[in-house]
Amino acid sequence: MPQPRHAYFRTLRDGREELDQALVLWFEAGSSFTGEEVAELHLHGAPVVARRVGSALAALGARPAEAGEFTRRAFLNGRMDLAEVEGLGDLLEAETDAQRRLALRAAGGELGRKADGWREMLIRAGALVEASVDFADEEVPDEVPDEVFDLLRRLTTDLEQEISGFRAAERLRTGFEVAVIGAPNAGKSSLINRIARREVALVSDIAGTTRDVIELRLDLRGLAVTLLDTAGLRATEDHVEGLGVRRARERAEAADLRLHISPEGHVDSALWRDGDILVRSKSDLIAQGDGLAVSALSGEGIEGLLAELHDRLALCVAGAGIVSHERQAAALRDARDALAGVSDLPPELVAEMIRQAAASLDRLVGRIGAEEYLDVIFTSFCIGK
Amino acid sequence: MKHYDVIVIGGGHAGIEAAAAAARMGVSTALVTMRPEDLGTLSCNPAIGGLGKGHLVREIDAMDGVMGRLADQAGIQFRLLNRRKGPAVQGPRGQMDRALYRAAAFDRLSSQPNLTLVYGEVSALTGEGRWIDGIVLADGTSFSAGAVVLTTGTFLNGVIHIGDTRREAGRWGDRASNGLADSLRRLDLPLGRLKTGTPPRLDGRSIDWSRLEMQPGDDAPVMFSYLSTAPTVAQIACGITHTNEATHRIIRENLSRSAMYGGQISGRGPRYCPSIEDKVVRFADKSSHQIFLEPEGLDDHTVYPNGISTSLPADIQQDYVRSIGGLEEAIITQPGYAVEYDYVDPRALDNSLRLRDAQGLYLAGQINGTTGYEEAGAQGLVAGLNAALAAQGRDQITFSRTDSYIGVMIDDLTTRGVSEPYRMFTSRAEFRLTLRADNADQRLTPLALRLGCAGDERRQHFARRQDRYMAARKMTESLRFSPTELQRAGIHTRLDGQQRSIFTLLGGTDICADRLAGLVPDLLDLRPETLQQLRNDALYHQYADRQARDAEILRADEAIDLPQDLDYARISGLSAELRAKLTAARPATLAAAAKIEGMTPAALTLLVAMARAGRRSRA
Repeated sequence: MPQPRHAYFRTLRDGREELDQALVLWFEAGSSFTGEEVAELHLHGAPVVARRVGSALAALGARPAEAGEFTRRAFLNGRMDLAEVEGLGDLLEAETDAQRRLALRAAGGELGRKADGWREMLIRAGALVEASVDFADEEVPDEVPDEVFDLLRRLTTDLEQEISGFRAAERLRTGFEVAVIGAPNAGKSSLINRIARREVALVSDIAGTTRDVIELRLDLRGLAVTLLDTAGLRATEDHVEGLGVRRARERAEAADLRLHISPEGHVDSALWRDGDILVRSKSDLIAQGDGLAVSALSGEGIEGLLAELHDRLALCVAGAGIVSHERQAAALRDARDALAGVSDLPPELVAEMIRQAAASLDRLVGRIGAEEYLDVIFTSFCIGK
Repeated sequence: MKHYDVIVIGGGHAGIEAAAAAARMGVSTALVTMRPEDLGTLSCNPAIGGLGKGHLVREIDAMDGVMGRLADQAGIQFRLLNRRKGPAVQGPRGQMDRALYRAAAFDRLSSQPNLTLVYGEVSALTGEGRWIDGIVLADGTSFSAGAVVLTTGTFLNGVIHIGDTRREAGRWGDRASNGLADSLRRLDLPLGRLKTGTPPRLDGRSIDWSRLEMQPGDDAPVMFSYLSTAPTVAQIACGITHTNEATHRIIRENLSRSAMYGGQISGRGPRYCPSIEDKVVRFADKSSHQIFLEPEGLDDHTVYPNGISTSLPADIQQDYVRSIGGLEEAIITQPGYAVEYDYVDPRALDNSLRLRDAQGLYLAGQINGTTGYEEAGAQGLVAGLNAALAAQGRDQITFSRTDSYIGVMIDDLTTRGVSEPYRMFTSRAEFRLTLRADNADQRLTPLALRLGCAGDERRQHFARRQDRYMAARKMTESLRFSPTELQRAGIHTRLDGQQRSIFTLLGGTDICADRLAGLVPDLLDLRPETLQQLRNDALYHQYADRQARDAEILRADEAIDLPQDLDYARISGLSAELRAKLTAARPATLAAAAKIEGMTPAALTLLVAMARAGRRSRA
């Protein structure tokens, strides 16, 4: 038997036939990704090599892993907590550096470590409460000591902070939506094409060409951004175009930020929100007006616009925490809510609420109640190795 | 050879509860103890009940057991602990007159139908291999038995330490029963070693009570038994004094002569009941510790100084005792001592307290690593009931963490084992808000009636109490008032248009019952106990739903039985570590398996699959 966790260069054979020359290594139980005994064969990349080795292994009783099976085993064997599993899923889906960094923190167990710290505070607080309850006839203070409420206040502040960073982190993980809006023929599609440097939207001089919402995924210096090219906003008799306008308005309102495009620097005030950017298009044709001047034709101002957009979005994610999934945020909110108002309760109920908060934190990392989430998580991510 | 369905060995609190329970079940029962005066001896402090412990006494009583009634008969001071906290964590406690307690125990047991008291020393268990079918006494008498309940306390390899002197013994003045120990050794039980200490006993006439703060009992004493109404004997007060710097100096200077600190003792003692040596060493910054001076009886001058248990030599004990205020002239009638003893790892028991690896043998009380009369009595009840059920060929009865402190304790013992003498605390019960001392009868008496271990008096009393409660509950839930109506009655609630029931209002801690009575005069007709229980239930009502949901999940796991013959070594997919732990623990249910350290959701899933497969193959 070769040494565990040492790579060996070996010839793989099926019977007497050579299949490949491969790097092989094995991990003993307890030191592999899944926690189980694992052997790895690093093959040459040709599909036929993988196919032949696969069928040779199948003949020995092996079967291909199901999607996500290795991660599932790692979780079930206690090698990863639920937040780490989610982080790993995010990492596999990450497109930009900011997404990668966030996912890596989560996959590395940062949330689990925070939860452990919070649990310790709860255990300390709980123990102090129980002491005042169970040892009332002995030499401990009869009242719940102030330290309990200090601990719970500090914990609540921590939880609040983590919760307040949730929306930003979620944005970081899922990416931003930026709607490009303006009257027909304002030059929205031309601008987007210029940004994309490729024809993603149909561009013509006939007003109202873009009837559906067209999306462009961007990696804006690490931030994932989806630009929405919307139908020109105007009153129209055309039923189909009318649907497009309504849809454009809906998407524009739901977006994180809007670029208001017009050659004259006009704004649709009904859709204007704080933080939006006013863009004056066709600066090569019209030299006067408010807003950031850009020309899709010459490329003038495009870099400046992207820099401005990045800065504004970056501001939104400045407070991003490590919690980026609604499931995680819900567990944190449950814990915080359990602790709200405890200082007015009798000690046995303070203890009860501390237990509830601890149970919520256990749910956060999947220590309890995990079964119900497992299927959701392992079917929604194709987490495999 | 005389045959008994159930033979109980030992006349301590586990033994008398076991024997009484078996006899109430209607099977022929013998209780074997050395002397009549051993029955119901309060060998440590002269008090019963307290937090968690008082709950256990109420539960024993709800099963028509004896401890509550004996304590009420012998009680010379009653206090409800935690009066200022919520009802879930209030526990009844009583000072006992030792002689009255023993007398009450003897009276009750000697008049108990189906029960024979046998005096003698058990020298061996009899039976083929691991099948126990009787006992032999030291005088050669043999009895055969359907089941044997062993409740021999600290008698297994008991060693007493006073300073550097040591001798083999059980309690003070008792012979150690090592013949029986040899019999147990044959069964190759997993043993551990524990220790416990006692304080020196004082002659109350040598104490200057005039200088001491006195602590009387409650004005309205709360009884242990649902069947009792008031104390039957004179009531006393306890004294309170404190150690001081001089006391601590004497102890510190002589630590090396303490059996515990001199290294003579290896067993582990309880963290929650430290010796005075422990207190002085571990809490070096405290300059004083409280001592309760508890009289041991109305006609007994002995005083138990609660808080200074010790294993220092007798002369040092005298020195430090006399350094304490009020005790300057105190005479020690019996020095304090530490006792070390073997206990059987309770993980060798199933949740009926039957030894899993033997047939017909049940263990209860201190031998299972617990401390306390109440813990012992509760185990005695469980073992006695199950021994009787086994003799009757009926299914074993188990208590759940969701229905009783008894269930919490049995589950803790049989799944986790002990690392120090096990004592009950309310914080051990995750369903504490619903497992209260005030509703133990509602939780358990129906079970007692089903099993047949509750007598007529209990049945009738419970039925009346229950009827009163249900009628009052229905009345208070059906009467509803709007915020405006309430405001007119002087009761302020949020003006949200929501009607509130009287039951809900009773749960509000800030609402005065008198005002509610102004609104609903019928409340004045309720018995105080009924009204109190309504208030308790109403107070925790909003938390009860969540606890009920959690309890449901736990009960579902408890309902998944794991076959006792499951071969864990042959289950693929289990880690070697878990395989070893499961093989050692042989959990009875999925809930028990879940508590094994290092258990993973994957392994539990596997176990569920195995349990289902086992059911199919047996069906």
